[in-house]
Amino acid sequence: MNIRRTLATARRVLLQLRNDPRTVAMLLLVPCLLIVLLKYAFDGRQEVFDSLGAPLLGIFPMIVMFLVTAVATLRERTTGTLERLLTMPLGRLDLLLGYALAFGLVALLQGLLAFGLTVGLLGLGIAGPSWALLAVAVADGLLGMALGLFVSAFAATEFQAVQFMPAFLLPQLLLCGLFTPRDTMAGWLHALSDVLPLSYAVDAMNRLTSEAGFGGAVALDLVVVVGCTLLALALGAVTLRRRTA
Amino acid sequence: MMNSAPAVDVRALRVVRGGRPVLQGIDLTVARGSVTGLLGPSGCGKTTLLRSIVGVQRIESGEVRVLGLPAGAPALRARVGYVTQAPSVYADLSVLANLRYFAEVLGAPRTDPDRVLDEVGLGGHAKDLVGRLSGGQRARVSLAAALLGTPELLVLDEPTVGLDPVLRQELWQLFHRLAGGGATLLVSSHVMDEAARCTALLLMREGRLLAHDTPQALLAATGAADIEGAFLSLVAETAATRSEGVR
Repeated sequence: MNIRRTLATARRVLLQLRNDPRTVAMLLLVPCLLIVLLKYAFDGRQEVFDSLGAPLLGIFPMIVMFLVTAVATLRERTTGTLERLLTMPLGRLDLLLGYALAFGLVALLQGLLAFGLTVGLLGLGIAGPSWALLAVAVADGLLGMALGLFVSAFAATEFQAVQFMPAFLLPQLLLCGLFTPRDTMAGWLHALSDVLPLSYAVDAMNRLTSEAGFGGAVALDLVVVVGCTLLALALGAVTLRRRTA
Repeated sequence: MMNSAPAVDVRALRVVRGGRPVLQGIDLTVARGSVTGLLGPSGCGKTTLLRSIVGVQRIESGEVRVLGLPAGAPALRARVGYVTQAPSVYADLSVLANLRYFAEVLGAPRTDPDRVLDEVGLGGHAKDLVGRLSGGQRARVSLAAALLGTPELLVLDEPTVGLDPVLRQELWQLFHRLAGGGATLLVSSHVMDEAARCTALLLMREGRLLAHDTPQALLAATGAADIEGAFLSLVAETAATRSEGVR
């Protein structure tokens, strides 16, 4: 791993984004817009917004980051730039961490905006500390990014990459405890939800919604989310092969 | 010792792709400082051979050595430049931003992007977005990226495809300038009339090497008027020897 090459890669990815302002605008604004919709869909029922607001603050950025990263890395594979880079003295980790840094910065910005809107303007009421809410939201965005990087290895076209969103994320969304508490699910579903990272993201958000302070349980959930992010990045590195058939 | 090794040394190379043999036992050497043309019809295995030399192709058996090292060795990554058939540059970055990034990855001097831009004749397009360039200009950006860091071996896969005659001539002049400066160039093409511009030729067909010689020697040996004629007579000759073998 080489810091100079990692930073050069991050800078290059950010430059690409800067040349595509519409994508940047959607990245930053779509999660905010969705949260506003949620607020007014439950107009006058603040308790519903309070219970759903925090989990969705984590889920929306994750979905958006997943899609953008999956397509961006797929493009790198299909246009031949990945092959060029792998013939150069660029480590696989340099490339992945470069992407992680660039999109991580986007996730942070996105998280800050959505968080400011939800807690500041829309008056989301949570019992836990709001900085923890922000931390979990950004971690969720990073998890989406890492999963997107990983699954792009299994997509041959953009059509397939986009289909991975419903195939990969929607089951997690159904089982994460947002629609029905996880401990009321059938045993096998509960077990399945136990191995899906989004469950931990939503558990953390639910705890922050209802419990004061930053407890060990929230910290543990956060560790699982970050751990899954690192695992997905490591698996992503394995899929970048210098020699292909 | 390492300097005496040929630029490329391929021994009994076999490559199988999707269950189909693509390269069926290739032996060749590319001399340092040469401009070697790799010619043959589409689908004969040129790209696979070049990919094997660059070290991105999974091979079945055989040996590929580049500048005295096994192909794809980490030490070669800054010493070998590779241009793929489709321009492998970022369409959503400016020409200069592309070159700056690749230069940084290679650890090339800061002045290199401007130098290679002039070399491929794109000096006036530094700030243009690659996606807005013509196909030929894009191909030259991709070539420019391979010139960064002054590699010792340049592997170019059909770099002149789709370019107008003036531009093609300019690029061939550039290739010879680079060879004059000590670089080795291996250039593939399916256009036989480019053969005359090479100092050595490799003629390929159906995953095998038909001939490896200078253009002049090939013409003399086959009695053909041009390389296309030489290629056709070589194909006829191998077909004849093979059917004799069967009999």
